[in-house]
Amino acid sequence: MENQHPLFETPEISGQPSVRIIAVGNAGDALLGALSTTEFAGAAFAAINTDAAALAASSAKVKIHLENKLFRGLGSGGDPERGKALAEEQFSMLKSACEGANVVFILAGLGGGAGSGISPVLAKAAHEAGALVLAFVTLPFECEGNRREAQAQTALEQLKSAADGVICLPSQKIFKLIDENSTLVETFRVTGGFLTEGVRGVWSLLSRPGIIPVHFGDLCQLLRDRHAENAFAFVEASGPGRAREVVEKILNHPLLDEGRALAESDAVLVSLTAGKDLTMAEINRVMEQVKRQCVHAQIVMGASADAGLQDKLCVTIIAARQNAASSVTPRAESHSATATATHSHREPALPRQRKRGTVAKAVQGQLPLTIISKGRFDKSEPTLHRGEDLDIPTFIRRGVAMN
Amino acid sequence: MFDDSNIIAGLEIGTSKICIVVGEQNADGALNIIGLGQARSRGVRKGEICNTEQVEEDLRAAIFEAEQMADVEIRSVYLGVSGGHIRGFNNRGVHPVVSADREISQDDVDDVVKNAKAINLPAENTIINHVRQHFYVDGQDGVTNPVGMLGARLEVDMHVIHGHANRLQNVIRLVRATSLTVDDVVFNGVATSLALLTNEQKELGALVIDIGGGTTEFVAYSDGIIRHSGVLAVGGDHVSNDLAYGLKVPLSRAEKLKLEHGTAIPTEAGRGQTISITNELGLELKRINVEHLQKIMSLRLEEIFQLIAQDLEQAGLTDYMRAGVFLCGGGSRVRGLVPLAENVFQMNVTPGHACAVSGLTAALDQPEFAAAIGLVKYGSLRNRSRSARPSFVTGIKGVFGKLLPRN
Repeated sequence: MENQHPLFETPEISGQPSVRIIAVGNAGDALLGALSTTEFAGAAFAAINTDAAALAASSAKVKIHLENKLFRGLGSGGDPERGKALAEEQFSMLKSACEGANVVFILAGLGGGAGSGISPVLAKAAHEAGALVLAFVTLPFECEGNRREAQAQTALEQLKSAADGVICLPSQKIFKLIDENSTLVETFRVTGGFLTEGVRGVWSLLSRPGIIPVHFGDLCQLLRDRHAENAFAFVEASGPGRAREVVEKILNHPLLDEGRALAESDAVLVSLTAGKDLTMAEINRVMEQVKRQCVHAQIVMGASADAGLQDKLCVTIIAARQNAASSVTPRAESHSATATATHSHREPALPRQRKRGTVAKAVQGQLPLTIISKGRFDKSEPTLHRGEDLDIPTFIRRGVAMN
Repeated sequence: MFDDSNIIAGLEIGTSKICIVVGEQNADGALNIIGLGQARSRGVRKGEICNTEQVEEDLRAAIFEAEQMADVEIRSVYLGVSGGHIRGFNNRGVHPVVSADREISQDDVDDVVKNAKAINLPAENTIINHVRQHFYVDGQDGVTNPVGMLGARLEVDMHVIHGHANRLQNVIRLVRATSLTVDDVVFNGVATSLALLTNEQKELGALVIDIGGGTTEFVAYSDGIIRHSGVLAVGGDHVSNDLAYGLKVPLSRAEKLKLEHGTAIPTEAGRGQTISITNELGLELKRINVEHLQKIMSLRLEEIFQLIAQDLEQAGLTDYMRAGVFLCGGGSRVRGLVPLAENVFQMNVTPGHACAVSGLTAALDQPEFAAAIGLVKYGSLRNRSRSARPSFVTGIKGVFGKLLPRN
């Protein structure tokens, strides 16, 4: 790569995309520390922070300190606007830091000043530098207050529109999963663990020589310009019944909403990694179940062998959903049975809904949540074809942007 | 009564227009189109009636026009039906030959056909048309007429097209309210394919797609028989609606834009182009991006073809369509539709022309009238087969006519 940035001394591995992992803010830094550097031999690490003291303690090789005399090195003070202003000031520097990379991972905890302010700008810079940008972010715990929650949500929206894919982990979700008595350190370790697993999963996808390889191009094709929130899961199991166990774990995975995320997705990437003893039957068993879960999705599959894993089978799943506007409809439909029930409860005199129910018994009900108007077909019987309402304009269902 | 009349009329009540074609059959059975009447249809959505009064009014106007032009009185019509409720599927009937000498008689053939028709339809559905495919005698494939052959077991494949009985009755009642009798009811797709395809094309295998205002019908032929048929309740109206929504213009304006600037494949010339919409004083109201317009249209039309292609693939017929795809209906007038269809189907695509009928060339060359012309042709084939031997001529039979009390 002739376009190598002087800041980075990336170990050159031929045929592999160059990956940069950039941590933003204190939380990002903590996540970065959790990534064992031996495994990520091919990646370059960097940390960006507004807090000089925290940055000094960072394990990253490259440290970018965003500062302004006005802030006296005290950081952004929990204000994303400050973080954003600093990042925009140094936009060209951020961009040059991402130059030459094929993939940029952004690790951040949203809600604070640095993470929420800088990451969207960084994502934009990296995207402009020509890299595929994947953001791995956490949302704050509920107890951290409404302000941080709101800041995190705004930042997430901005990040979604700037990055190619965002894998987001609401900490509160994890909080509910772990034991009450676990210590603070442990809780952070677990939440961080989920995200680092994500980074590791995507990393191994790209770096390990595959039997059925997932190329960088596949990943780009799946994620590029979707600007969507992705669901992500990494599961592993070992022993003789590992394929079955893995499937079970996938279907019960909290980050996939017990498999619901798969049903709603429109593109799914599945990567299987195991020792040398990986059999076709195992791949088949896992894929069969995944395929059954996501009927509408385009599936990209990869498999690779890693002697170091011994008898473990690891599966990484990334499910990309169509952009929010169009995902409203299928979701409303899929929950229609319960949803219409509760709805008619609240508003018993809804003539249209009721009439439709009596005319044809097999008609799927729809919540009147859709912002998408069906124009002249509003009052006619919906044209349903394999769960899709064909009356809704095609370009909306396919999420084609009209700028 | 009307059976010996040489005037045959085909009526199609479509979403965008009601059209009636009048044909005259001479003593040799040759068909000549002598009249055509059409009226803008206002009471139909997605191929089904939603306002009977308006439809009746429009229907009378169309009949009047056709009668004027042909200078005859139309007393009965062959009625074309469509709508999202119509389905086609294949069913096999089995009949053991029990006669002592194992010779297959006409009674055996009638029995096996009856068996093939005895299918589990939903209670509210009724059969519109059934098309006999091939007979099997003791497993031997491809027998077209088994009478006189020896065998122990006779089987037949039947393509059955069925639909919702009440919705079909609605149309029939409406036509009869205008004091016309309905000779028979035919699925529009079947009628269209009769008008468009020659016997050679049916032998080779062909897919006929009729893109109408509210519905798109398709029928697949191979080896001379109908293998598959179906309706998508998506048509030109959907294109207009998409445009109205996507470009944020009223529906009537969207319709106009579709006709003036629409293409099935985004063009190079359209990129970066804008059209300005002006009000009646000539002041600019809005600028429309041509690229968006074409993209929205292209996506919708492409989807229609993709859904049909998927259906065909599932029926395992894709490789049998050796004569290619034939397009007709008002929707097929869209510029660039043929290359789009070629892209999706990876087959030869031809804009359809009514063949094997003579008469008014103006009517024959229009893709919109293919269904109505096909209905007339269906009627002429029925007349001919009645005067000659029964069955084996058209192979297609309607059942609705029999259900209707004749007056």
